[in-house]
Amino acid sequence: MSILHLVNKSPYENSNLNTASSIMKGDDVLLLIEDGVYGAVKSGKASAMIAGQKVSVLGPDLAARGISEDKLADGVDVIDYAGFVDLVESNDKVQSWL
Amino acid sequence: MSDTKKFLFINRKAPYGTIYAWESLEVVLISAAFEQDVSLAFMDDGVYQLTKGQDTSGIGMKNFSPTYAALGDYEITKIYVEKESLEERGLTLDDLQHLVWEDEDEDYAEKDSIRLVSRAELGDVMAEQDVLFNF
Amino acid sequence: MKFTIQVNEGPYQHQSADSAYHFAKAALEKGHEIFRIFFYHDGVNNGTRLTTPPQDDRNIVTRWTELGQAHDIDMVVCVAAAQRRGIVDDGEAERNGKDATNIAPGFRISGLGQLVEGGIQSDRLIVFGD
Repeated sequence: MSILHLVNKSPYENSNLNTASSIMKGDDVLLLIEDGVYGAVKSGKASAMIAGQKVSVLGPDLAARGISEDKLADGVDVIDYAGFVDLVESNDKVQSWL
Repeated sequence: MSDTKKFLFINRKAPYGTIYAWESLEVVLISAAFEQDVSLAFMDDGVYQLTKGQDTSGIGMKNFSPTYAALGDYEITKIYVEKESLEERGLTLDDLQHLVWEDEDEDYAEKDSIRLVSRAELGDVMAEQDVLFNF
Repeated sequence: MKFTIQVNEGPYQHQSADSAYHFAKAALEKGHEIFRIFFYHDGVNNGTRLTTPPQDDRNIVTRWTELGQAHDIDMVVCVAAAQRRGIVDDGEAERNGKDATNIAPGFRISGLGQLVEGGIQSDRLIVFGD
């Protein structure tokens, strides 16, 4: 049983990434989309929140914001919308942290 | 019922500053008609939705806080409130409405609907659900 | 799998409507079924046919209409949220004494029960919002 957690806001805007990363457990997966992708940038302080978690980011949202993949924290997986659909399918339910 | 699902409605936003608190409650009330296993969770600023003494006359908006007290009549008996969110905001259970439901199996005895849980326990509750609603 | 998608925000103001659209499209391309797309809160504004976005940018409303019609998707605008925000079809105009309608093709106005039913009947509910 695992939850796909979606975070779509920057960790510097609100506490959604903090809440999501502190409540997720077991095999849960975190997917950062829209402004949420800023949370995966290695040089940002907030990237500490996702250390040790299973994290993916939506590639199109990274590219839109001019974030190159080499700027990401280690272990973050870059996926596309098809990969997003796969994550929804492979996890039991989706929790959108709005 | 073979297709009874566990629904959890998650509330993380304060009332009145935006419409999400009220419009989420409207979904909760409708869901009662579908005989699913419905629970509510209040965390982060969502805990503010349940506070006592809301008076909206000065801002000209409808005070919808009495609706929470009616949830028991809609057979919604599991209302999870996150401890850490209360503490962070300097709130205790006493600041919240006393929400109850009547157990018809026990002579309509009044029981508390609010269950105070830690963030970790709320995570366990979320893991048990079939569908998670967010607004 | 059967998906129900909930869209909580209006076109352009937030990226939610775009993310929901791209997700829906990808899901269909993978052979999944979209049981319903339910527009709630300001999301009902995705269903007005009166938008005139700039020519050099995406037309969010038309995009929904085209996707809905190509794949026969049930795109539902919540009646309570629509009444608050002024999204009107013929039935609503008559019921509420409005002198115009503005619902976009491919959308229908219906109750919150449609969202709840989507949660019951689908394998997954995905919410896009603020």
